[in-house]
Amino acid sequence: MDPKPTPTAGPGPNVGPGPNAGPGPNAGPGPEVLRCRGLRKEFGGQVVLDGLDLTVAEHQVVALIGASGSGKSTLLRCVNLLEELHDGTIELDGEEISAPGIDPDKVRRRIGMVFQSYNLFPHLSVLDNVTLAPRRVHRRSRAEAETRARELLDRVGLAAKADAYPDRLSGGQQQRVAIVRALANSPRLLLLDEVTSALDPELVGEVLTMIRDLKAEGMTMVLATHEMGFAREVADQVCFLDAGRVVESGPPEQVLAHPTQPRTRQFLARIIEANRL
Amino acid sequence: MSTVLHDPSPAQQARTAYRRRQTVLSVLIAAASTAAVGTLLAVTVTGAPGWDRVQQTFLDPQLARDALPQVLTGLWLNVRLLVCCAIGALLLGLLIAVLRTLRGPVFFPIRALAAGYTYAFRGLPLIIVLYLLTFGVPGLRLQGTPSVLVLGGLALILTYAGYLAEVFRAGIESVHPSQLAAARSLGLTHRQTMRHVVLPQALRRVAPPLLNDVVALQKDVGLVSLAGPIDAVRAAQIASAQTFNYTPYIVAGVLFVLLAIPLIAVTDQVTLRAARRQSGG
Repeated sequence: MDPKPTPTAGPGPNVGPGPNAGPGPNAGPGPEVLRCRGLRKEFGGQVVLDGLDLTVAEHQVVALIGASGSGKSTLLRCVNLLEELHDGTIELDGEEISAPGIDPDKVRRRIGMVFQSYNLFPHLSVLDNVTLAPRRVHRRSRAEAETRARELLDRVGLAAKADAYPDRLSGGQQQRVAIVRALANSPRLLLLDEVTSALDPELVGEVLTMIRDLKAEGMTMVLATHEMGFAREVADQVCFLDAGRVVESGPPEQVLAHPTQPRTRQFLARIIEANRL
Repeated sequence: MSTVLHDPSPAQQARTAYRRRQTVLSVLIAAASTAAVGTLLAVTVTGAPGWDRVQQTFLDPQLARDALPQVLTGLWLNVRLLVCCAIGALLLGLLIAVLRTLRGPVFFPIRALAAGYTYAFRGLPLIIVLYLLTFGVPGLRLQGTPSVLVLGGLALILTYAGYLAEVFRAGIESVHPSQLAAARSLGLTHRQTMRHVVLPQALRRVAPPLLNDVVALQKDVGLVSLAGPIDAVRAAQIASAQTFNYTPYIVAGVLFVLLAIPLIAVTDQVTLRAARRQSGG
């Protein structure tokens, strides 16, 4: 995983004084899918997001990295309108979804989200987990929804588990079902919140493979992750979050290998120490 | 567990032998203590100075046979009331619990009303509710006032719905917020989330305590006899008043226990299944 250990320890020669010295985040192809401007979120007086900006273009994969509590999960929850914003705007395909009067249920149908702890519905079989939203939200017939669900499950090698209940699956299988469940809505944008953090190390690979395939298919994704190697491989853009702001962003080879910000270097040095890069 | 030929080591043989001895010993001790307590009870009761009198007054076989038809007729009323009241109270309780989960300022009055309901009807003694409905409502002399039996059943439903609503609410709140987040992230509305994600999980969890309340209701339905209708206990009272003998009460008591056994067995079964599911079995 480390062909050339990154020169992150100690102050490097290329310390850019200005913030965001790298190329702008709009380098990706295609139109903008998501644009967050000046997002602010507090929890009981504590500022979790502090004027955060983020832009994601179509077919782009953006990896959010940063220490626990830097605001990665909160950002994803805000984008999915699961949290109330305290300032700023969010646009999805040019439409402001943070505007008052917008029906959050309708917005969430266009955004898929996968959680760290899978959050499958334990009382429903795998197939019912996957078909719940297509049937209830998109009003597909049972036959139609199940055909598509089986197709999706088959593609990730879980066709045999369609009738099993979540507690009969391994963590990796559960997380793959959770991703399939989100995909069944044909989302415009997929949010992945540390989807491998709860998994045993030997199960991480199968989930990452699935995300890799999604990227190949052109899915637009924002993923919060601790897997630096994976972020480097799959992301078009890496954003380092610290204290609720994007401190540094750019192509992975730049942010991960030649970070310009002292905070980023500090963080990556700690990660290397923990032997995760 | 396939049968694999395996010669246990001497250590394992010693352990097995020890465990077997312990098992035999505990069975023997249990049998002996049961026999001792049983004998002591029998001797104390039958040897008591007033035993003959008590036997005549409470355990007269002929009177038991005579009272049985009347008590059974009364019991039929209990059964019918139980079925109707249990269904009614479960539905009303569920409705109140769901109303209490509604969010948003528009629903404040409904929420407050539902909360007030559970406070009022859990606090108010059943007998007072019963009197208010069975004597108070007919006193209004309105057109189409239902029969006393229906009003009495209504009093039971109103009171028990208060308790059951709180059990339902506990179940609803026991569903982890991450389940709600997952459902909402899929685009399900609050109502769809309740109906397809929260309630199915909540109901499974609270089925045992709900059934336990139904067992309690089974005994309380007899209280409608205070307003006139003749249930099993009231029938026994009438029978015993004719003969100055308490045997009919014993008959009614035995019938009540027999009636409760299937319900309690179902409750135990459901509890067991829930426990197994919890342990991931």
